Amino acid sequence: MYDSGKIIPGLIIFVLFITIPIWYNRGGGTEPPQPVLPKDAKSCVLPVAEIRAKHMQLLNVWRDEVLRDGQRAAITVDGKKYPKSLMLNCMKCHTSKKQFCDTCHTYASVRPYCWDCHLAPVE
Amino acid sequence: MDTNRRNFLKVAGLTTLAGLGGTAVVDRLVTGAGVAQASAGESHDTEQAALAKPGATRYGMVIDIKKFHQDPSLGEKAVHACHQTHNVPHFPDKRDEIKWIWMTNFENAFPEQANLYQNEESATKKLPLMCNHCDNPPCVRACPTKATFRYDDGIVGMDYHRCIGCRFCMAACPYGSRSFNWRDPRPFIEHINHDYPTRTRGVVEKCNFCVELVQAGKLPVCVEAVGDSKALVFGNLNDPNSEIRKILKEKHTIQRNPSLGTLPSVFYIV
Repeated sequence: MYDSGKIIPGLIIFVLFITIPIWYNRGGGTEPPQPVLPKDAKSCVLPVAEIRAKHMQLLNVWRDEVLRDGQRAAITVDGKKYPKSLMLNCMKCHTSKKQFCDTCHTYASVRPYCWDCHLAPVE
Repeated sequence: MDTNRRNFLKVAGLTTLAGLGGTAVVDRLVTGAGVAQASAGESHDTEQAALAKPGATRYGMVIDIKKFHQDPSLGEKAVHACHQTHNVPHFPDKRDEIKWIWMTNFENAFPEQANLYQNEESATKKLPLMCNHCDNPPCVRACPTKATFRYDDGIVGMDYHRCIGCRFCMAACPYGSRSFNWRDPRPFIEHINHDYPTRTRGVVEKCNFCVELVQAGKLPVCVEAVGDSKALVFGNLNDPNSEIRKILKEKHTIQRNPSLGTLPSVFYIV
């Protein structure tokens, strides 16, 4: 190989450079987010694992049912009634957007546009 | 094959004629049939269907202009209640104005009813205008994303999630009922109602007949705001026994520009 003295160190530097995120964060990594759960509410509309994984789909389904199909009746889970609404239901228990929604969303670097229009509770 | 120029030109000419004539005849037949079909089926049926779907709900409103003329505070109350409830921003610059329900004079509301000798009250006092919730809404037809749509109960709703801000609906609406958010509306909302969302920059908004209340069995806030004055009466136009139908039977009412065929659901007692 011609110029192997330049190419091989160059490749090593290149590989080290593009793997910066891996070796820079080796070991500890970052802390997983700790959303603050509501104190007075013990149940949600879905089991914890499901609501954690699927709340965004659920909100979209609710949005379409309520806004487009006019099905505005509250849903009943374990005998308790929940209106199908982000502002009038979710945020009534999860009273802090900063300590609940934002913790995970910031960690996962997702920016849902809900809050462009919907209002977070006053903190 | 033995052919000369003369024969070749004859054949070519005849073929061209046959081709042109043939397609013309076929076109005539096809479009003729299409037109006949459309005129027999579509125009008649859709018009009839739009006018009255028996049994179905079609919400409408009767506005008594006289009562608004007599008591100008009614109009203020209605506008204030609506804009407060729905977080409608108040922009200082008229060009950015957002309105769901607004007061104007007779001449602007009914330009086709021009009168050289207008009575004094109509000339000077104001009446409320809002979205007409047409039974045949041109805005719905124009919207490319179905962000504005007609509910089965006749209310023309807006889905701000889908609105891309193209403003085709504003061009289509003959009543000027729609406003565009040129700027972020949030800083211009005087008192935020935390039970109703705001809008964002780049969407079109309009009166929604308080669909969130009406579909929960309540009355629109403007109707509540004018109280027992009966200046605004809301109800089901398809129910012959409803209060609104009784009023429509008793009193002569007009609609805004009915000749456009939009079939407005808002009626005015002059």
